Amino acid sequence: MSKHHLGEFEEVVLLTVAVLHDGAYGVAIIDEMEKRLERKVSIGSLQTVLRRLEKKGYLSSKFGEATKVRGGKRKRYFCLTSYGRKVLQTTKEQRLDLWNAIPNLDLKKGYA
Amino acid sequence: MPKKDDNNPPNRILSFFRWFCRPEYLEDLEGDLRERFSRRSEEQGIHHAKRHFTLDVLRLVRPGLIRSFPMRIEITNKAMFKNYLKTGWRNLNKNKGFSSINIGGLAIGMTVAMLIGLWVYDEVSYNGQFKNVDRIAQVLQNNTFNGEVETSFNQAMQLEPELRNRYGDYFDYIVTTPGTYDQLLTFEEKKITKSGSYMGPDITEMLSLKMVKGTRNALKSPTSVLLAESTAAALFGDQNPLDKSLKINNELLVTVKGVYEDIPSNSTFGDLTFIAPWELEVKRRNLKERADWRHSWFYTYVQVSEHADIQKISTLIEDVKFNNMDAEQANKERPRLFLHPMVDWYLYGDFENGINSGGRIEYLWLFGTIALFVLLLACINFMNLVTARSERRAKEIGIRKTLGSLRSQVARQFLVESILVSGLAFVVSLIFLVGILPSFNVVAQKQIGIPWANLLFWLICIGYALLTGLIAGVYPSLYLSAFRPIETLKGAFRSGRFEGVSRRVLVVIQFTASISLIIATLFVYRQVQFVKDRPIGYDRDRLVRIPVKSNEIVNKFEPLQRDLLNTGVVEEIAGTSTPITATTNTYNNYDWEGKAPDLSNEFVGLNVTYDFGKMVDWEIEKGRDFSRDYKRDGTAFILNEAAVEYMGLENPIGTYMKRDGNNHEIIGIVKNLVTQSPYDPVKATIFRIDEGWFNHLYIRLDRSSNMQAALTQIETIFENYDQLNPFEYEFLDQAYASKFQDSERIGTLASFFSILAILISFLGLFGLVAFVAEKRTKELGIRKILGASEANLHRMLSKEFLILVLISYLIASLFTGYFIGGWLSQFEYRSKLSWLPFALAGGSVLVLTLLIVSLQTIRVIKSNPVESLRME
Repeated sequence: MSKHHLGEFEEVVLLTVAVLHDGAYGVAIIDEMEKRLERKVSIGSLQTVLRRLEKKGYLSSKFGEATKVRGGKRKRYFCLTSYGRKVLQTTKEQRLDLWNAIPNLDLKKGYA
Repeated sequence: MPKKDDNNPPNRILSFFRWFCRPEYLEDLEGDLRERFSRRSEEQGIHHAKRHFTLDVLRLVRPGLIRSFPMRIEITNKAMFKNYLKTGWRNLNKNKGFSSINIGGLAIGMTVAMLIGLWVYDEVSYNGQFKNVDRIAQVLQNNTFNGEVETSFNQAMQLEPELRNRYGDYFDYIVTTPGTYDQLLTFEEKKITKSGSYMGPDITEMLSLKMVKGTRNALKSPTSVLLAESTAAALFGDQNPLDKSLKINNELLVTVKGVYEDIPSNSTFGDLTFIAPWELEVKRRNLKERADWRHSWFYTYVQVSEHADIQKISTLIEDVKFNNMDAEQANKERPRLFLHPMVDWYLYGDFENGINSGGRIEYLWLFGTIALFVLLLACINFMNLVTARSERRAKEIGIRKTLGSLRSQVARQFLVESILVSGLAFVVSLIFLVGILPSFNVVAQKQIGIPWANLLFWLICIGYALLTGLIAGVYPSLYLSAFRPIETLKGAFRSGRFEGVSRRVLVVIQFTASISLIIATLFVYRQVQFVKDRPIGYDRDRLVRIPVKSNEIVNKFEPLQRDLLNTGVVEEIAGTSTPITATTNTYNNYDWEGKAPDLSNEFVGLNVTYDFGKMVDWEIEKGRDFSRDYKRDGTAFILNEAAVEYMGLENPIGTYMKRDGNNHEIIGIVKNLVTQSPYDPVKATIFRIDEGWFNHLYIRLDRSSNMQAALTQIETIFENYDQLNPFEYEFLDQAYASKFQDSERIGTLASFFSILAILISFLGLFGLVAFVAEKRTKELGIRKILGASEANLHRMLSKEFLILVLISYLIASLFTGYFIGGWLSQFEYRSKLSWLPFALAGGSVLVLTLLIVSLQTIRVIKSNPVESLRME
């Protein structure tokens, strides 16, 4: 259903948060994404998406510890809600369904 | 991580971030930013970190992350301002009568304030044109006579050389002059009278004369003369005046060596339209022989050297005259010289017992206060009229507020409107000012112009119009902006109790101020009139005083008298020691029978010739007049009533007054003659005969003679006896009237302003009544239908205003009664604190109030109730 529709960037962010598990806060998420996906992520786009996902209920957040490097400001840790997990799951299944539905064709040939 | 201050993220960017970021995200986002910043600065350097920090912050400016901003007022300010102006203008246009009362009242107030402002400025800038005004001073002297210190502006001519020789270092310039007076200038056939003076060559530098032709040092030659531009033009027309010869007073031949720009009229030297050398005066009057340290006949002006302290020099020269006088005389009079700085000449020119006692500066305060008063009245008017009409605007305010106007915006709207009105009033007041200034100049004896080109003038005026608008508008704007929209829109709006009260209080303040002004003015007039009407004990008509300048006149008094009487134009002639209008001599320490032993007595003394009594036409109460038939009259006394009372004599005629072994028989008592200030009581006076010396001749002209022709005849006879001195004369009634000139001028100005004040108040009342009558039209209609008579309604409407005016009148009466009593008590000869001016002011104000109220209300009362009730 379109209700559960996720944008590509949203999906990647959700996945990264899931990957980081307990350590998913702003800077760490950016680092992880840049490392794994080899793409530049701006703090602005990430943060907007994070807040949007939180508002939709896919993510929850809580304050963590403060460090000196952060000028005494606390981190905000994000984690996947069960609803978010379900949506990720659904998305993945939809993709797989699509993959599976591809007729007997050699993909490589098709795009050659 | 290095802990340097520089290693922090750029502050400005950070505060920008904090400003726009949603508060709930602020903490962790800032933490993230800082973490990235410190990592970057370690890996790639501080500059890189800073740059990227900025970029990061900029990337965070996104709809989801920035906080919500309320609609900014500033954005709409200009448009709203335009809207305010437009609404204001429409409102003024819609209620033309109301607007014109409002603007007119404010304009009158502003005109008065501007007029007084210009006048004060003119007074303050008196003498300000001279470049060295701070360093110029006049040498004055204090002398002690009978224990009283008298300040004299005159000096001996010997003072100048003495100051030059002994104290030359302290002075740049010193000038001695006999003063400025009218003199006859002759060039070929042309004769003109111009006021001018004889002065030392220093005067040109002291006054920094601007030379049009010739140079400032031209006065050094003893036969030169400098002319003001206007004098040169009058005498020579278009010809070049330089090196032309002219005659002064038909005796001194001088050559024009320079022409200077006219000295502005609002300065001490404004009447100096030509300057002849001092040396000429010395020679002409043979002063070297005739005048020594005892003869203080001249004025001495000095300019102290740069950086010198006038006060210090003043104490330094204190004893210069004392040291140069005959010891006995010097000890008696104890002359002390001092410098009176030019900056004080005009405003602080009075001396009492040797100490400066102010002067015109008091008028400045007086009129400044009046200006403030009048302006206050105008502002009160404005406030009253605007708040009174507020109900008209209530709906508008309600709608504005429901559509989202803040209270501050509504307040601002009314401020803008009031400034608009004050701006318009300012323009109107400029027109008034132009119209009224000429007549004001006549009354105030000024030549004030409007300084159109003066930037400061405009700045002050415009600032002042703005300020008036603000002051007048603050109360209405606060008051109106507090209306509650729901009430106003439901139509249930009623001006609160308080509002009516405050408006009434303002009306009372206004009328109290203006009625006080009127009562005070009436009292000033009464006092002046009272003193003017005072019986003076002799006949002022056709009396001419001629100052005696030559001994010849005294020595040949008898033939002179005969010659004068023979002309037929002279009725009587007599000599006196001092002017009749200003007796200054005193006699003291007499003895008489029945004198209280410890009475140290002092009498005013006037020495006269035998015909004095007939000449002044005094009234003999007891005894007889002086007569040549009695030898002993040469030492006899005639006393006035005041003296008899003072001495406590029952039957004075034939008794004697003794002093220094001389017996003086009292041969007559005359009714009191006013010979000093008409404001003071007549002092005990002794009249005695002295034909050996007199300083003034009084001539009573014949009733039938033509004055001008008679004076010419007298002049010809005088010239036979005194060839040296120009013939001068003065009418006694004019000399007497001049004693009232100042108080009369002040009275005229004050009454002018108080009339304006009351005018403004009535204008306000007029507007207020009009409004109230209109507001209650329906109520009146209903009352009428229910049977109220027109008289009833009229009484109902008038009552409120009459009570207000009555209250103001009572306050004003108490207030002025208190102050006027104090003011009058400073005069010895004073009118009583009578009820008449109070009644007059009260009566006229009440009648006018009634008139204005009736004018406004009768129209409403007369109208058919059907008309008024059918509205809407």
